Formats: sequence, C-alpha cells, structure tokens
Amino acid sequence: MAELKSIVSPAIQMEDRAHEADHPSSLVAKFGADQPLKLDCGVDLAPFQIAYQTYGELNADRSNAILICQALTLDQHVANIHPLTGKPGWWDIMVGPGLPIDTEKYFVICSNVIGGCMGSTGPASTNPATGKPWGLDFPIITIPDMVRAQAMLLDRLGIETLLCVIGGSMGGMQVLQWTAAYPERVFSAMPVACSTRHSAQNIAFHELGRQAIMADPDWCRGRYFEQGMLPHRGLAVARMAGHITYLSDAALHRKFGRRMQDRELPTFSFDADFQVESYLRYQGSSFVERFDANSYLYLTRAMDYFDIAADHGGVLAKAFAGIKTRFCVVSFTSDWLFPTSESRALVHALNASSARVSFAEIETDRGHDAFLLDVPEFFDISRAFLQSAGKARGLKSGG
Amino acid sequence: MALQEQALPLPGIAPDRTGDYRTDHLLVAKMVEPGSRVLDVGCGDGELLQLLESRGIDGRGIELSREGVNRCVAKGLAVVQGDADTDLVNYPDDAFDYVILSQTLQATRQPRVVLENLLRIGRRAIVSFPNFGFWKMRLQLLIGGHMPRTENLPATWYDTANIHFCTIKDFVELCDAINVKMERAVALDLYGRPVPLNLPWWVWNMFGEQGVFLLSRGK
Repeated sequence: MAELKSIVSPAIQMEDRAHEADHPSSLVAKFGADQPLKLDCGVDLAPFQIAYQTYGELNADRSNAILICQALTLDQHVANIHPLTGKPGWWDIMVGPGLPIDTEKYFVICSNVIGGCMGSTGPASTNPATGKPWGLDFPIITIPDMVRAQAMLLDRLGIETLLCVIGGSMGGMQVLQWTAAYPERVFSAMPVACSTRHSAQNIAFHELGRQAIMADPDWCRGRYFEQGMLPHRGLAVARMAGHITYLSDAALHRKFGRRMQDRELPTFSFDADFQVESYLRYQGSSFVERFDANSYLYLTRAMDYFDIAADHGGVLAKAFAGIKTRFCVVSFTSDWLFPTSESRALVHALNASSARVSFAEIETDRGHDAFLLDVPEFFDISRAFLQSAGKARGLKSGG
Repeated sequence: MALQEQALPLPGIAPDRTGDYRTDHLLVAKMVEPGSRVLDVGCGDGELLQLLESRGIDGRGIELSREGVNRCVAKGLAVVQGDADTDLVNYPDDAFDYVILSQTLQATRQPRVVLENLLRIGRRAIVSFPNFGFWKMRLQLLIGGHMPRTENLPATWYDTANIHFCTIKDFVELCDAINVKMERAVALDLYGRPVPLNLPWWVWNMFGEQGVFLLSRGK
C-alpha cells in the first residue's frame, strides 16, 4: 500500500504525549499507595492518578453534578481546546452555557478513563517501579475498573450523588456500569448508542485494530517509547477500520460517493484516488497525533469484556433490580455498531425491573457517530431529560 | 398498526376540552386512584400522561411512532418506543396499578391477547375504542351499503389501520369470555363527552360514539 504519512513529526508527538500522560493539562487527582484501585484482574493498582476537567459550578447542596463518560478514542477535553491538537472540545455543541448540558445550571465533570493516555494512569504513564512507561506491563482493565476509579474521584470531590451520568458508546457502557454498581449514587442516567454487552462482530473489529497495531514493526512489542518509535502505521490502520464502523453506508455515500480526490481520472496506482480513501488516511494519521497505541489495545479490550448480564447470573434485569434511577436510553437508526435492537434489549430489562425509563430512537443516516454530531432531536431530548431530572431532584430554576 | 393515527383525539373533530385538558382524558384520569402507577399504551404525544403526572401519578408510556415518542421524551415523560402487539409480553406481572389503552384495541392484531396482557401487567385496565355499533355506522352500512366512514374515522376500508372493529356489545361479550370484570363503563359522544344517560346497553351501543371501560381481573 501507499505509505500512510503522519502529519506531525513523530519526535515532537512523542515528547508532548509522554508529558501529557504523566503531567496532563488538566486537573489531577492522585491516589497513593494507601488508596489502591482494585482491578477486576486481581491487581491493586497504586499509586495512580485521574485527570479530569470540570465546567460550571457545584451548587451548595452538591446536587447539580453531571458526569460525562468518554468514548473509546476521546478524552476528558469535552468543551475546551484540546492541549495536543488545538481543536475544540469533542462535545462543545452539547456542553456549555445555554446548551443542553448547560454549564450555567450544572457542574459538569469528565475524567480520562483509567488506561487512557491523556493523564489518567495507563500504559503510556510512567511505571513508578521501573521509571519507564508501563507498556504491556500495565494490568488489563475493565469497564467496571474505569467506573470504580471515577467513583473514587467523586469521593475525592465530595460528591455523593450525581444528578446524571451521560455517555455514548464506551461512555454508555460506563453509564450502565454506574447504574448497576452504584445505583444509589446515580439520580438519572443517559446511556447513548451503546449496549449491555459487546457483540461478537464488535469484538471482531477490535481484534482487527489490535492486530494492525501489533503487526507494525515500530510497535516493538509495546516498548516503542523506549525505542524512540511510534507504531503510527498500525494505529492509523486500526483507526481507519474503527472509523468505518462509526459511519454508515448512506453517510459515506452522501459525503464522498465515488468522487475522485484532486484528479479527474484514476491514476492506475494505489494512491488515494478516491475521496473516501483520502479521508480515511487523514483520519488515521491525525489520530496518531493524539492517541497512544497501547491505550487503544487496553481500552478496546475493556469494551470486549463488557457484559453486565454475565456479572448478574446471566439475567440482565437482575443488574437493575429495584433501581430508582431515571433512565433515558437513546439509539440512532443507522448505527450498525450498537444497533437499536441492543438498546431495546436494555429497555426491556429496565421495564422488567420497573425502572423509570424513556427510550428514543433517533432517525439519522450518520451512523454511530451521530451522538457527537449536530442532531437537534437528540439535543432536545437531552435537554428535556436533564430538566425533568433536575426538577424531580428539586434543583432551582428547573435546572 | 399505527398508534399515532389512532391516538385520541380521533381525526376530524376537535375534542371537547375542560380547561387545559380534554374531557375524555379527564374522565380517564378520574378513574385512576391518586398515587398509583400507570402504563399508557399508545400514549401519542403524551397529553394524558402529563395530566396524570400533574396529579402525582407515576406514569409511563409506550408509543409506536418515533415522532410521538421523541415528543414525549422531550416533555420529560418516561415513554419508550414499542408496539402493543409485540412488546407487552416484556413487562412483568403486576408491574402497574393501571394499564390504559386508548383508541388502539381495534388496531391491534390480537385484541384478545392484548387485553389479557393489559390485565396481567396491571391490576386494572382502562380501555377505550370507537363503537362500531354507533347509529351512524349502522346507517351507512344499512342504507349506503358501504363500509362506514365518520368524521372521527375517515379512512377507507383499504387504508384503515383499524383491522378489528367491534361494538360495545361485542366488547362486553369478550370481557365475559375471558373472565374480565367490568367495574365502570362510560359511553362518549362524538366530542368525547360522556353520554349523560343511565340507560340499557343497547342504547349505549346505539348512541355511544366510543366506549370507555374500567376493567379488573376475574369476577
């Protein structure tokens, strides 16, 4: 194949990224040896740290906090300029003054997940035992581990109950884990474009991405930082494969069709003749700029292991038995990664638990990524759900 | 089945209103004891649910049309997208005090199964439907010789979603057959106002444009 070119010089990236992993441009909560994170794999991770961003003000009775859970390839920079890319926050159309997640009413928190690469402890962080990056010595983490770490962060911030936990995709999995593990701490929950378990097809796509990374000789068995290398080709291919699953046939066709990239005729080569190829290559190479390859391995693995029912004797409804949390489940018609049928199964289980649940399927041809895009119907539903939750919790000004 | 098309008000005539609410909704709401849990099957845009919630009733809804669901959720109501024929089976026994089915029974594939499910999920059911024994219906079939069409049910026989029309008398017989107790019955006129008569069934069956029934299990 034609080479995938990185748009930033690897040397600069590596320095910035390594620095960001240990000393993030965010708030940091550090947990010492006396406060280990008890991981599902049996390891007590200590010390560790969580990088997080907050927006808005916590009210006097600490009742207006909303936790946003990040998706796989995102981070805590929801509504501020990203420190590495210089681009706007990934949900700045949803989170801000007057927006559906209104920072004039709510105190919004988003943390980088454990295993991530933007300042929470993960494979790119320095292992205190060796003084070198953890790499593959980092223990395997799960979605419940991520949520356990978030709960410790909230304890640190003195927040007992969240007004709402919101997240899409892997973020939605964390939302569901929150409600299953800490139902009394979650007043309302909004799992978007997600599932209670990762499907075989989704595991297959993740394995494709992981194998692409590991097949890159620059991956160096996970020790690329020490070798002064970056597996940018492998990670870019993983990103390209993943990105296709976030879109839809209709969206790709509408955006690119069979149009050529800066040329009228095929070159009879393996250059990026088609716009869609050029777009994917750009997506791949720009991802390398801000994401760590080992983190990608760990986080995809965490999603693969996710299966709430399996943790409750195989019966999904048991995970939510007697739950008082108000739910708003949202799916998108063209999402084939987390199709509506998966959200519907969740809704059936919540109904069987007599939970207070709303469920909306939103019509869009933009695929899984629709939850990050400008979809007014989704904004209206989010705003109204939060307002009614705030009202039920007795927040002033309907907030 | 198209719940949204069938949701009250019936198309064509603006329903009678008392203050902010529709008269027929107020009638249904009066049948519900305060503080109870209610499932509204085919809840349309959530007007009845809003009325119930304003009275401190814990209301949930099922609605077939995506637009209807999204409008409900945007009002802060707990409504899920679903189909009365296929999704009621997913609810556990005794999950609700009341299950409401407004103007939808005649559009289901299996009205008997749906009715049985309503009274499995809820201790009581409130069911309303257009009465095919209404005098205007009878007259059109008798004199006109064609399938009846009224202001409230304007669809032709080949377009209508209403595949299981019945009369008030038919419905009473179904309730008897499946051992359902009829606690209250009200006939409504064209505008959704109660027929102010305490008269025998045949009169209701002739002059009620729709029937509203409060049902419970067994006799």
